Amino acid sequence: MSTMVDPGPEAPETAPQQAKPPTRLGDVLFSKISLVSGLIVILFLAGVGTFLLIQGLPALGASGETAYGEPSIWKFVGMLLYGTIYASVIAIVIVTPLAIGLALVISHYAPRSLAKPVGYLVDLLAAVPSVVFGLWGLEVLAPQLLPAYKWLSEHASWIPLFDGSVNSRSLLTASIVLALMALPIVTALLREIFAQTPRAHEEAALALGATRWEMIRLAVFPYARSGMVAAILLGLGRALGETMAVAMVLSATGTGYLTLSMISAENPNTIAAFIANNYANASGAKINSMIFAGLALFLLTFVVNFAGRWIATRGQNKG
Amino acid sequence: MAKSIDVKDLDIYYGDFLAVQGVNVHIKARSVTAFIGPSGCGKSTVLRSLNRMHEVIPGARVEGKVVVDGQSLYGAGVDPVAVRRQIGMVFQRPNPFPTMSIYENVLAGNRLNARKMKKSEADTIVEKSLRGANLWNEVKDRLSKPGMGLSGGQQQRLCIARAIAVEPEVLLMDEPCSALDPISTSAVEDLIHELKSDYTIVIVTHNMQQAARVSDDTGFFNLKAVGEPGHLVEFNPTTKVFSNPEEPATEAYISGRFG
Repeated sequence: MSTMVDPGPEAPETAPQQAKPPTRLGDVLFSKISLVSGLIVILFLAGVGTFLLIQGLPALGASGETAYGEPSIWKFVGMLLYGTIYASVIAIVIVTPLAIGLALVISHYAPRSLAKPVGYLVDLLAAVPSVVFGLWGLEVLAPQLLPAYKWLSEHASWIPLFDGSVNSRSLLTASIVLALMALPIVTALLREIFAQTPRAHEEAALALGATRWEMIRLAVFPYARSGMVAAILLGLGRALGETMAVAMVLSATGTGYLTLSMISAENPNTIAAFIANNYANASGAKINSMIFAGLALFLLTFVVNFAGRWIATRGQNKG
Repeated sequence: MAKSIDVKDLDIYYGDFLAVQGVNVHIKARSVTAFIGPSGCGKSTVLRSLNRMHEVIPGARVEGKVVVDGQSLYGAGVDPVAVRRQIGMVFQRPNPFPTMSIYENVLAGNRLNARKMKKSEADTIVEKSLRGANLWNEVKDRLSKPGMGLSGGQQQRLCIARAIAVEPEVLLMDEPCSALDPISTSAVEDLIHELKSDYTIVIVTHNMQQAARVSDDTGFFNLKAVGEPGHLVEFNPTTKVFSNPEEPATEAYISGRFG
């Protein structure tokens, strides 16, 4: 348009005339503190990564004794990665319907007087130390599950998942404990996402004669889809790195067994639990092997968390 | 299909708060009835009570009667979901479902009612509803595109198409043009004129010219006083309300000498 001022030639003329805006001490201080805090986080992360790389890479040639009886370091890490991912995936399969249901109750079904305390209780679950979860899983949950496992092994052992000799401290027990530990974070995220559904979309569905559940399917789920994936991935990230509870509950020796069975005594082992159980007795090259496994876990959780965040922000842009 | 509505001694509460008191109205079938009045006087609340949408707010309840063609909306055992399937609603801001195509948006209500629909049957409903909403010619080549890609006025007509796709008995409109530009407003007003032959329409509007243009009957709502509940001041044929109102308060409001 002709009325618009051409910024090109005018800009250098006016620039020197402009007085500097006044700077305030508080603003400067705050921005510097924020910057330093941000940098420290990056430095820490880089430091951990460097440590894992430097200490872990010497284990690349490990085999036999130094790889805990495995022929190569790759087999060693592979076995543990398998157990880690398997346990976490079972946990996520358990936690997903539970968290979606719980979050919907809090955000859409329960009256406000009930929703608040329930939400509080779920948040409190996150404050329970993992060692307590471990004790509870070991002493309370595992014996309770044993009869169910026995039944499964008698009637459904033709499914590879329920094959083998029964043990109450099996992978499934550990995964159930993991699921309970991931429940608060997944529920809290889902609750926030569900509650953000625009009122207009919900009313559009209700005015068409949708029941509450139909309204949720028509308006809430489509809106929350990417957020739900992100919440579940972040919960997976939490389950992958969980140490203490798994180390206490899961009955596994060494790198464990490469098996699909979830209820047997011969379980796969997870990276975090393996390190927790074996680090105290390790020395020399074995420590390098263990740190290499730690590096693998670091990368895995990093990728999963990154994917979760990426999907979450992508969903926000779309909405 | 179109039905008349009788409202008798309707009081609407939000919890302990009495929002609207003592509304008595007879809404004729196949006509357009406009509710006008200042903000916060309860006209939208009354509109929403006609298909029980006000119950979305916790604690909302009514006393009195709303009878649609002899059937009480608030009788014992009446399911609000069933009420809303018969009485459609269009909102202030266009609200098509953002993840659905134009085609699926139109069918959203039908999909709730009927589990299975033949493709040809669905196509017929979509074309009929979009034609009914004066939108068919503008969107017939991009039915699979998202409904959010349309302009505001087109989105609002898409919402009207979605509402009439289930062939309701009554169509409620809560300030349907307040988020639209004058051109789109005129398109929606033309549409209201056409829909009148098939549906009973109740419209809430802040625009008095609009009420005068589209409606057959007009109800003027106002607060009795500050802090008092809203009530229906006058209900008469639109021509009478705008030329020779019964109540001085109505005349003051429509001539701009309000308060």
